[in-house]
Amino acid sequence: MIKRKLVLSFPEKIVTKPITYKLVKEFNLEFNILRAEITPDMEGKMLIELRGDKNQIDQAIKYLSRTGVPVQEAEKDIIIDRNQCVDCGVCTSICITQALSLDTKNSKLKFNKDKCILCELCLDCCPVSAIKVHI
Amino acid sequence: MAKTIEEINEKIKTGKVFVLNAEEIIEYAEEKGIKKAAKDIDVVTTATFGPMCSTGAFINFGHSDPPIKMTKVWLNDVPAYAGIAAVDVYIGAAELSETEGIRYGGAHVIEDLISGKPVKLKATGYGTDCYPNREIETYITIDTINQAYLFNPRNAYQNYAVATNSSNRTIYTYMGKLLPNCGNATYCSAGQLSPLLNDPYYRTIGIGTRIFLGGSQGYVSWHGSQHNPGKERLANGTPCGPAGTLAVIGDLKQMTPEYLRACTFHNYGVSMFMGIGIPIPVIDQEMVEFLKVKDEDICTEIIDYSVQRRNKPSYGKINYKQLRSGKIKINGKYVQTGSISSYSKALEIANVLKKEIKNGKFFLTAAVNPLPAEEKYNSLEILSKEEL
Repeated sequence: MIKRKLVLSFPEKIVTKPITYKLVKEFNLEFNILRAEITPDMEGKMLIELRGDKNQIDQAIKYLSRTGVPVQEAEKDIIIDRNQCVDCGVCTSICITQALSLDTKNSKLKFNKDKCILCELCLDCCPVSAIKVHI
Repeated sequence: MAKTIEEINEKIKTGKVFVLNAEEIIEYAEEKGIKKAAKDIDVVTTATFGPMCSTGAFINFGHSDPPIKMTKVWLNDVPAYAGIAAVDVYIGAAELSETEGIRYGGAHVIEDLISGKPVKLKATGYGTDCYPNREIETYITIDTINQAYLFNPRNAYQNYAVATNSSNRTIYTYMGKLLPNCGNATYCSAGQLSPLLNDPYYRTIGIGTRIFLGGSQGYVSWHGSQHNPGKERLANGTPCGPAGTLAVIGDLKQMTPEYLRACTFHNYGVSMFMGIGIPIPVIDQEMVEFLKVKDEDICTEIIDYSVQRRNKPSYGKINYKQLRSGKIKINGKYVQTGSISSYSKALEIANVLKKEIKNGKFFLTAAVNPLPAEEKYNSLEILSKEEL
């Protein structure tokens, strides 16, 4: 059993298809929708946590791509806007996994994407709105 | 031997001045000793960059035709105080937009102005014989207005508390987002770099001191509101919590958004990150004793912000070395810490100021008057006239 957080993009023409249902039915995956956004004239995006057999997850990702749903690794989607960030570091106190930390050398904010679990606790803590999630 | 401000300024003029920032002097004094440090070093630059709500600007718009006596004024829908002369206002950083709420406030108006952006001005008045106009709407920029100066009643707090939250729900405060069950702790001071922690008894910083203010040269204009020098202190002179404060003034037209940044604390309100740098003249050995203060020698109190009362319970004291390590212990449990004030920006400002002094662009001033060494700190009691 492994766990993966992915961002699925749904082009306008397939938003009505029951695609996530197939993930359960055909690939025996557990999933948890963490965030979803679908607008009628634009593409939809979904942040999903998949849990299941590694092989099955890989197969499911292939299926999604084939169906026209591009898949991205989720941690790529937390964005630190360096032009906005003032390196105060208040977000580091919120970040449970310490994906956000202050560099001991220069006290500037570091973001370690590998450690980020996309809990999103940090999103509303940044006083200059430098932390964004792309979805 | 004591050094005078005049002697230091002469060295700045001739390019012979020796300047260190408040971080560098720690090692210098340790290595070379107090006596030599006092002889060698002329100036130590201190700085801070943190949200300071008691910030705002006076603006004079110039007169419209026909003229108006502005009684109510909005800048980008943020109300400004107009209860002074016809076209003078004060825009406070913490004032909220009437249309955007806490996403946009007075601090954002100030940042937009110094960024050169156009700002919508709406004003109403009751009309007089000399000011017949009753309503105007127009656009201004920093260049179309007359005087615009920042006048901040309380900045550069000499130390501040650490905030945590013992309740079972997340709370949103001016100290940031505080997770339940002491899930995190936030603090707000540049510690060893902070101006008033390097001159704890206000020996050199006083009224009239020239400072780095938001990218320009400004001045200490008064002691700040809530100035509370009587706070309990350590042997090194530093107070163990919020103590002295500064009121500062400077030309908004010279400031840059790099050192003056609007911010919003979610579910709390708007504030402004102020960049302040203060040069401290190394007048004698005693000054070195103060200036060599380091994070581990400065302590503050951990306060429980979940208690919605004036007096909040304390979890004891902690020093800034521990706070800056990212983890402290509260009630035997490890708690992650984060700063609201930016140490890296403070260091940047201390270094900019250092460079300006070295390049002969920034001269020191002697205080015209010292800051009060004693001041009563009052609370507001809710009373009837008879009980007063």
